[in-house]
Amino acid sequence: MAELDTSSGGGKGGKVRSKKASTRVDLTAMVDLAFLLITFFMLTTSLNKPQAMDMTMPDKEENVDDNLKVADDRTMTILLGNNNEIEWYMGTVDNPTTPTTTGYGKNGIRAALLDKMKSVRAATGKDLFVIIKPSDKSSYKNLVDIFDEVNIVDVKQRALTDITADEIELLKRDGLY
Amino acid sequence: MPRVKVARKSTAIDMTAMCDVAFLLLTFFILTATARQPEPLPVDTPSSTTKAKQPSTNIAVITIGNGKVFFGVAEEAVRVRTLEKMSERYSYPFTAEEKERFSLMESFGVPIGNLKQVINVGNEQRLKPGFQTGIPIDSIGGQASELHYWILNSRYAAKELNNASLRFSIKGDSKEEYPTVKKIIDMLQKQEVNKFSFITALEGTD
Repeated sequence: MAELDTSSGGGKGGKVRSKKASTRVDLTAMVDLAFLLITFFMLTTSLNKPQAMDMTMPDKEENVDDNLKVADDRTMTILLGNNNEIEWYMGTVDNPTTPTTTGYGKNGIRAALLDKMKSVRAATGKDLFVIIKPSDKSSYKNLVDIFDEVNIVDVKQRALTDITADEIELLKRDGLY
Repeated sequence: MPRVKVARKSTAIDMTAMCDVAFLLLTFFILTATARQPEPLPVDTPSSTTKAKQPSTNIAVITIGNGKVFFGVAEEAVRVRTLEKMSERYSYPFTAEEKERFSLMESFGVPIGNLKQVINVGNEQRLKPGFQTGIPIDSIGGQASELHYWILNSRYAAKELNNASLRFSIKGDSKEEYPTVKKIIDMLQKQEVNKFSFITALEGTD
């Protein structure tokens, strides 16, 4: 197909000319390149899509006083402060057990979450309940990061709620607000 | 012994056909790959380990960055219907040509009063940073904010046209402060949109 007839003119009379080189081109490299590009475009078209982290919020009703009550001993409240720092405690804000300041990531909040999941399960036989309360000084990245951590350690019961004045005091006390 | 003369064949294969196919496919993929639309509000999304891909249809994206909020619906038909509903709501008419131009805008971020101007300027001017000032998100005097109505009407439009409930994604800038994000979440929750997603970039597990 990709050959030109170069043999014409041969034969009768004439001088015997040196053999002409074939015009056939080696297409191997070209095909290689084409397939490489195909692969690239195929992969990038589907990989280009951004990821979506699903969020489910509870129904918000205006005048609810039947707020869900959760046992203090298996509730972990995570407060998001400024400078990418977290303060978490167990129990209620009036009487917080072990309020701890930590950071995001593997050695920070994830270790604490895993630890508490284990100890709560051992103590009560039920799962840990995580309440996330971002303060006004935290950023959107912090919010996504903390949900990512919660997803990684797979805490099924979590909620995102507003921070209270008492908790802001707690953050202020520890210099995170 | 009879001499069997085996015709010696060349080991070179004719690659022409293969080359043709490869380039045909290549052309196909290049043409179908949707060129990434330049965004009027570029944001740096935070990364997460979530693997779920964002669906490309039946979705509306609320972009938050620098305290500004932009809004965009994925499908063009829903986009136009939303605009029609909004122009009814605010009695602010748009011509057919303006609707046509609006249907090609991925997202926008201006109060409805300035929308005409944004529709009519060229693409280059429209994408200039700072040209679009963001959709008002604060409620004024008992009236819900404009963004609230954009969200509401886009949901109506999606239901009318596709008989599906529109999904919402929040695409925020990493450095965006939480109060702005909270306002948007509250706005969605007020309309009982309790399920939405955060758009994030891919990150490896550490």
